[in-house]
Amino acid sequence: MTIRSPLRVSLALTLLILTGCATRQPQLYGWGSYQQQVYQYLKADGSKSNEEQILALEETAEKNRAKGEAFPPGYHAHLGLLYANAGKEDLVVQEFTTEKTLFPESAAYMDFLLRKFKK
Amino acid sequence: MQLSTFKSIAATLLLAVLATGCATQQKPYDYATFKESKPKTILVLPPLNNSPDVAATYGMLSQVTYPLAESGYYVLPVALVDETFKQNGLTTPADIHNVAPAKLREIFGADAGLYVDVKKYGSSYIVVNSVTMVTAEAKLVDLRSGKLLWEGSATASSNEGQNNSNGLVGMLVAAIVNQIIATSTDASYNMAGITSARLLMAGRKNGMLYGPRSPKYQSD
Repeated sequence: MTIRSPLRVSLALTLLILTGCATRQPQLYGWGSYQQQVYQYLKADGSKSNEEQILALEETAEKNRAKGEAFPPGYHAHLGLLYANAGKEDLVVQEFTTEKTLFPESAAYMDFLLRKFKK
Repeated sequence: MQLSTFKSIAATLLLAVLATGCATQQKPYDYATFKESKPKTILVLPPLNNSPDVAATYGMLSQVTYPLAESGYYVLPVALVDETFKQNGLTTPADIHNVAPAKLREIFGADAGLYVDVKKYGSSYIVVNSVTMVTAEAKLVDLRSGKLLWEGSATASSNEGQNNSNGLVGMLVAAIVNQIIATSTDASYNMAGITSARLLMAGRKNGMLYGPRSPKYQSD
């Protein structure tokens, strides 16, 4: 007991530091591996192919639909980017349009991208 | 007698100051411009990198969407935005940070831009401890008016709350193991996630305000 209590204190302290003084609240979105896939894409080190990144996002999408969780901002747009690199044009338009439907705030940029893409 | 009374009062005060760490009153942040601006959408520019690790810009960029979106903002897709900049000949964060706010507003339609500067990023082996640390500063600027809405900074480190109780040899071994783990599993990227949350999650002291998609919007 006497040996364990300092450990317990330090664990509690670590938790407190990590979470700060803020209280936990339910998440707005189902993130799955979205941010990891964005990282994979940006660092472009070839450790994961475009196709593998698409599969990972599609997997998250299925889980989100099954659990009824909302897609985070940028999710469909990013998937559209990956489809563009795979030459799947109809899917690109579909994903950019879905992003716009879920987040009307994205309309200006999505329209800009769709104009570039369709020409 | 009187001296010892004084000492105990001083000790009690010191303890009180230490214990209330989180509750100390600093100068309150002036949110007037932020509240007036009511940004809904945030364009995150690729962060400036002032650390020696080239991975810092993209490591940080891929971690900022989560805290901003969970705080109630629409965050423009960061990788697509990066591609758009590249296609327009803007390949470095410094060049991108110099683009006029009005021009960014015109292309991306965002209300505000987030300018991040990564100060520290990576693992270093300091004598008996391997430490992964990520430190970043951020400025939120209204892209319609060019006004500064908010600024802040945050840091996260792998040795927070770590207590060394295994003796010197144990510490050295642990440090080497930490260093290996740190480099092989991209600890800096994980640490960037904690830094990013501390920096940008709404509801923190002097932090970002909640955005329109949060149930706590305008409660702060």
